[in-house]
Amino acid sequence: MTIDLSVENATKTFGDFSAVKDVAFTVEQGRFFSILGPSGCGKTTLLRMIAGFIEPTKGRILIRGTDMAGRPPNRRPVNLIFQHLALFPMMTVAQNIAFGLQRRKEKKSAIRRKVADILERVGLPGFGRKTIDQLSGGQKQRVAIARCLVLDPAVLLLDEPLGALDLKLREQMKVELKKLQAEVGTTFVYITHDQSEALVMSDNVAVMNSGRFEQVDTPRNLYTHPQTPFVARFVGENNAWSGTVGELADGFYGIATASGRRFIAQSSEELRIGAAVSFFVRPEAIIIAPDNGDQPFNRLTVTIKSILFDGANSRLLATPVGGETELMIALPQNRQYDHLKIGDRVDVGWNARSAICFQG
Amino acid sequence: MQTDRTGKSLPFLMFVTPVLLWLFLLIVLPHIDLLLMSFRSEDDYGNMVWSLVNYINFFGEPIYWETFARTAIYAVLVTLITFAVSLPIAFYITKVASPRHSGFLSLLLLMPFWVSELVRVYGWMILLRESGVVNHFLVRFGLLQQPVEMLYNDITMVMGLVYTSMLFMVVPLISVLDSLDDSLIEAAYDLGGSIFSILPRIIIPHAMPGIVSGGIVVFMLTLGNYLTPNLIGGKNSLWFTEQIYNQFIASFNWNQGAAFGFLLLLLSSSIIWVGLKLTGQTLSRVAQ
Repeated sequence: MTIDLSVENATKTFGDFSAVKDVAFTVEQGRFFSILGPSGCGKTTLLRMIAGFIEPTKGRILIRGTDMAGRPPNRRPVNLIFQHLALFPMMTVAQNIAFGLQRRKEKKSAIRRKVADILERVGLPGFGRKTIDQLSGGQKQRVAIARCLVLDPAVLLLDEPLGALDLKLREQMKVELKKLQAEVGTTFVYITHDQSEALVMSDNVAVMNSGRFEQVDTPRNLYTHPQTPFVARFVGENNAWSGTVGELADGFYGIATASGRRFIAQSSEELRIGAAVSFFVRPEAIIIAPDNGDQPFNRLTVTIKSILFDGANSRLLATPVGGETELMIALPQNRQYDHLKIGDRVDVGWNARSAICFQG
Repeated sequence: MQTDRTGKSLPFLMFVTPVLLWLFLLIVLPHIDLLLMSFRSEDDYGNMVWSLVNYINFFGEPIYWETFARTAIYAVLVTLITFAVSLPIAFYITKVASPRHSGFLSLLLLMPFWVSELVRVYGWMILLRESGVVNHFLVRFGLLQQPVEMLYNDITMVMGLVYTSMLFMVVPLISVLDSLDDSLIEAAYDLGGSIFSILPRIIIPHAMPGIVSGGIVVFMLTLGNYLTPNLIGGKNSLWFTEQIYNQFIASFNWNQGAAFGFLLLLLSSSIIWVGLKLTGQTLSRVAQ
């Protein structure tokens, strides 16, 4: 596999503030790579460094093996899709798409053919003569993608382009974008603060926090094996506790919480006895009214505080008897739990392998 | 029903009446009077009669229509130069300077206009005349053997006119460029554009309403300017307003002056009409 983009120890400081700290990663050809992080984590700065609008303070950016240092955006083989798309309102759809080709001084007939081809490919055949304000949100999206893809860039950079769309359209565009990327085979680097966009579309996701990459992994691994507390909190929902390590038995750590409960959990780190830890359990890992198995299992009795109905994403909010942190428990909508009411006491539990703990 | 209608129209009438009165009494009436005046002249016996002689004089006398054409061409030229000078300034203030400084820079542009045009033109004269500041330093540093007269020629006059009208181009340009999304410029740059393609394809089409409205104001002000061409233009730099002035004040031939005035009005209206057609703008859109 050839490497389309490799970022080597890129750092960007603005005065005293470091926006991007020593970030390194590579993206293979044809991959969909996402950078996921909260707003202000430096992901836009990183993307603009790759596009060439900002020069890194330290480190190198290589595109298909060529160092991009000092090369302006108009001479880099990457294209950027802006957050608000930045389609040119003074031009028609066809003129928008032809803009980059004209800059390359391509022949008029070739430009016309390429514009028609790319419009066909993004599912907008015959839209060339329309003006930008005649298009719907999803159509604008596709024109913006077509305008970049027609130039056949080595890497297509996308700066949260779905952010401005409404929920239903966003869900639809997510699937479409993924399909389109698989079809054209261009390398995509996508930045977003929406974990669902990153998880659904990407081959690999980097989770970024205050200028650093916390973890680069497949979406599934990020979800099931977070490497840092930040990733555990940020990707998907999680219930968090803190406690101290009591003992180690059969590969599981026994953890005592401040209120005197004992849980067993896994860790990818080597933990000292007596170390302070935080541990995480996903809402959907918690089983309501579990049967008595002989697997390593954590059990407790909780009081239901409220029922948050949200279709397939419904939740129970419950506190363990004896009160402490609130627990979020997934509530499957299979009619089995319809009898649950606020104030009920239920037994819940989770497999010890579903609980992950980290030092600190 | 009746009360409802008057209830709505009375305040409207109250606000619109002063405007209409002002327009009618101070603009429309005097113009009608001037128009009638321009079609009258004295016959051989000294009686006022209807005639076209004032207009025939204009076309018969080369000095008149040559000044007329010169004024038109120079006014267009001044408008173009003002645009060329103002666009980079407006671009710098809106897109390059930090928002903190841009207000201050606009204020710097505005400041000279707190002083009257007359004083500013005299300021230029102090700088540029033969015994002026510029000549003094050029001779002092040995760049010139002896002082030269920099006033009273067309180049200085055009410069003075550009200086006088620049603000009226910069302000509308700042407001249109302010509304241009930076990411459009960045996107064009990212797609392979350079300043030579971004300027004509993105910036100028977006700024067109501002360019045209600024252009109209600058053109009208320049065409109707009297002070600057009179004070720093030379004897060969005759401006058409000076012809009008001469007719009214020097020759006391109000009928001829009125005819010249109407020709100037016709000229400015037709050039603006051509300008609007060429740029594909409409007056109502530009006036916004």
